[in-house]
Amino acid sequence: MNLTLILFLVLAVVAVASAAGLLLSRNAVYAALFLVLNFATVAVFYLLLGAPFIALAQVTVYAGAIMVLFLFVIMLLGAEKLPKAVGLPWQRPLAIGLAAVLLAEAGWLLFQRLQLSAVLANPDVTVNTTETLQALAKNLFSQYLLPFEVTSILLLVAMVGVIVLTKKEKGEAA
Amino acid sequence: MTGSIPLSYYLALSGILFSMGALGVLVRRNPLIIFMSIELMLNSANLAFVAFARNIQSPAGQLIVLFVMTVAAAEVAVGLALIVIIFRNKHSINVDLMNSLKG
Amino acid sequence: MDLTRLFSLVPLIVFLPALGLLVNLIFGKKFSETVIGTVASTASGLAFVVSAALGYALWTTGGAAQVVPFAEWIHIGTLNIPWAFRVDTLSVLMMLVVSGVGTLIHIYAIGYMHEDVRFKNDPGRFQRFFVYLNLFIAMMMILVSGDSYLMLFVGWEGVGLCSFLLIGFWYEMDTLGRPSWANSNAAKKAMIANRVGDFGFLMAAFTIFWYFKSLSFDAVFAQAGQVAAVSPNVILFITLFLLIGVTGKSAQLPLFVWLPDAMAGPTPVSALIHAATMVTAGVYLVARSAPLYTLVPVAQQTVALVGGITALFAATIAVGQYDIKKVLAYSTISQLGFMVAAVGMGAFTAGMFHLVTHAFFKALLFLSAGSVILGMERGHHHLPHGEHGEHHEEVFDPGDMRNMGGLRKQMPVTFWVYLAGTLALAGIVPFAGFWSKDEILLDAARNFPVVYWLLTVAAFLTAFYMGRQVWMVFFGKPRHAAAEHAEESPKVITVPLMVLAGLSVLGGALNLPYLNSLSAWLGHTIEAAEREIAVAPWLQVSWGGLNPWVALLSTVLALAAIYFSWLIYGRKPLETGQVDPLKKALGPVFTIFERKYWVDEVYGALVVNRFVDLSRFLADVIDWRFWHDWFHEKVIAGTYQFLSKTVLNLRVDQQFIDAIANGLARLTGWVSSQLRRLQNGFVRSYALAVLFGVVIILGYLLLK
Repeated sequence: MNLTLILFLVLAVVAVASAAGLLLSRNAVYAALFLVLNFATVAVFYLLLGAPFIALAQVTVYAGAIMVLFLFVIMLLGAEKLPKAVGLPWQRPLAIGLAAVLLAEAGWLLFQRLQLSAVLANPDVTVNTTETLQALAKNLFSQYLLPFEVTSILLLVAMVGVIVLTKKEKGEAA
Repeated sequence: MTGSIPLSYYLALSGILFSMGALGVLVRRNPLIIFMSIELMLNSANLAFVAFARNIQSPAGQLIVLFVMTVAAAEVAVGLALIVIIFRNKHSINVDLMNSLKG
Repeated sequence: MDLTRLFSLVPLIVFLPALGLLVNLIFGKKFSETVIGTVASTASGLAFVVSAALGYALWTTGGAAQVVPFAEWIHIGTLNIPWAFRVDTLSVLMMLVVSGVGTLIHIYAIGYMHEDVRFKNDPGRFQRFFVYLNLFIAMMMILVSGDSYLMLFVGWEGVGLCSFLLIGFWYEMDTLGRPSWANSNAAKKAMIANRVGDFGFLMAAFTIFWYFKSLSFDAVFAQAGQVAAVSPNVILFITLFLLIGVTGKSAQLPLFVWLPDAMAGPTPVSALIHAATMVTAGVYLVARSAPLYTLVPVAQQTVALVGGITALFAATIAVGQYDIKKVLAYSTISQLGFMVAAVGMGAFTAGMFHLVTHAFFKALLFLSAGSVILGMERGHHHLPHGEHGEHHEEVFDPGDMRNMGGLRKQMPVTFWVYLAGTLALAGIVPFAGFWSKDEILLDAARNFPVVYWLLTVAAFLTAFYMGRQVWMVFFGKPRHAAAEHAEESPKVITVPLMVLAGLSVLGGALNLPYLNSLSAWLGHTIEAAEREIAVAPWLQVSWGGLNPWVALLSTVLALAAIYFSWLIYGRKPLETGQVDPLKKALGPVFTIFERKYWVDEVYGALVVNRFVDLSRFLADVIDWRFWHDWFHEKVIAGTYQFLSKTVLNLRVDQQFIDAIANGLARLTGWVSSQLRRLQNGFVRSYALAVLFGVVIILGYLLLK
């Protein structure tokens, strides 16, 4: 038992709990905040995994931008509370069952079928973060330049799309 | 730090989070919560990517995560815009009420 | 010159008339009446020329029979019946009579039919008459020239058909021109009576074939002796059934009833078919079958008796008739009785001789009667208009002797030729009829006395009724306005009459005593059996074939009969509307004669009406009530409707098949309604479906 493992376990519990909280909370704002917590734990995981850049990006983009956006819309629509459920009573048990099956399958797949033993045989891997970051940057701007550029166009398109979608027509009542 | 976490732990966690996200998509009626569950699923996938990247010493895994994040951001923006529009028309965001495809 | 090549011309006697009829049939509509008549008469005339050539060839080659094969007809295994022509003295004699008298009648008919179609208002029918006449000549030629019983029968049937067609020529009217079934009924009667006779012929033909294994004359006659020795009853059967055919075709008892009705046809038809040629076919048949008949004396006696009785019977009926043609019709039946009796007794030459002379004078008499009738019609049409208008109301019968009288002044040529014919028929020497009738009487006296007395009385009556006819028609005063205005017939009619009159006068030359040309001629073909019968010495006298006592008796009787007829009808001629004096004298006996012994009524009651009743029963009860109403409607139609309405329609179609079809539709609807529940519009359930699919695919991949 070392510190890392304990940290991991604690954080794992927190992550799962916050996900559960997201699932179960009736209030959308609470759900959003739970999700923020989840993102934060995952950011710490990234750090544990030797990816500081990704961790910071996670906090900045996900927790900082995306969740804020979510909260904005929640506030805008006043969707804190929702009326009681109607329709599809059978959805919930079936969904739970299917999710469980999915989980079991995923587990089976990963641990029995794929030869992870070779990979898993190497648990102790030290990571040089500085070298990793340099390699990341080098790769991004050389080998993966095209996806980089395309992503920028994607963002542009998203921006334009959002504005066009939500633009009110002239003379239309608000 | 010495004694890193075995890969399998990370993968197990990723799987659990993914399933919970899927469950959330299916069970909740608030489209915003559904959206958030989708983000959770994406997030768990990112976690798996980074774990594998560390394990096989490949920067490609982290790069993918970068791109996924970008795309997720764009997607959230557009999705929320759509939800806003729907709310404008229906004055409710109960997903179950959006059943015009019924038939 | 090789005369035997002439024999190969024999098919022309059939095909020349056939060609004539085809030309008239196909092109006749475009021809004028003269052309049609000329074509037909030429065809018949050329046939006569060919017959004469054949006769000449036969004479120069010694008279032996020639068989000229023509075509393969029936050939089944060992059975071989070809169409072959037989040229021997008997058949050539018949050919000459048929084509000779036939040609004269064709020429006469040109003039007669020209007026007749105009009196009956149908000029377009002229062509058809000559087509039928040529057809008749062709068929009669087939009959007399056939080399087997089957070819004879082909001609036999063919002339029966022509008789039907020609009797019913004016099929939609009766003899007086009124719309009626009468003429077509007369044609039907001829056909049916002939058919009964044909039944007899066919039975005989079948028996001949069964026992002789062949139908050709040579083969049959050659085996006749052997078959007779083995089973004589067969020959008896054959000859008696042939006799039935003879009574049908030659109008003897009991099948003669069609011939008086056949007078409904135009007069040339009566002359040609019912006096000179077709009715003699029966006599020809017996003469041809001589080898068979001479083997069975019983059959010979039967034939002779039938002939004799018929001769007397018909002569009595003729005494009481008023229609000029009916008298001649019964006279024909009576004279045919003479011929049949003659050939029955074995006097074949006598019979054939009488056939020839009878053809001459009976054709003459019929044609002259036709001339008289036309004269009366002309007179009727030329009456002053006032009376003419009245006459349209009343029905005028131009053939009724009670309307005639004194015609010898208006129609002199007709009178003289008629007189010639009458004297020939009565048998006054030296006219033709005397020689032939006398020969028959002599043979009867020697061989069959009963028949001799029958024939003698018939001869007496013959002279009597012919005298009666002549006094009533040509002497005295006209008893009707039409007779007053009667006119003589044109040359195209009177010239053939004069030719026939000449033949009636001179025809006796064929077989004069001491010369006996015809006996010698026919002797080549028919071997007359010499019978040793004890006869009285006075009968044995023979002046070259003539016995003076028999001849004297018959002449005296004939003259006496004519004298009696003069006493009754000539001395005090009849007045208009006067009842026949003989009726007053004989009373009911005359009525019997007049009503022809009611034979038609008896036949009607016994046979015809019974047949009609049977067919009505079969038609109404069996066919309609039983078969149609019950069986068809109830059983067949009912079952069918039950099957189709109840079983197939209801149970099968509606309840079963429709159930399947509708069920399928409902099933499809139900399935789709269930499937529709997937499309509930809820996004979440769609997402669930996606997840479900993922799980399945993953599971599949895992388990692979």
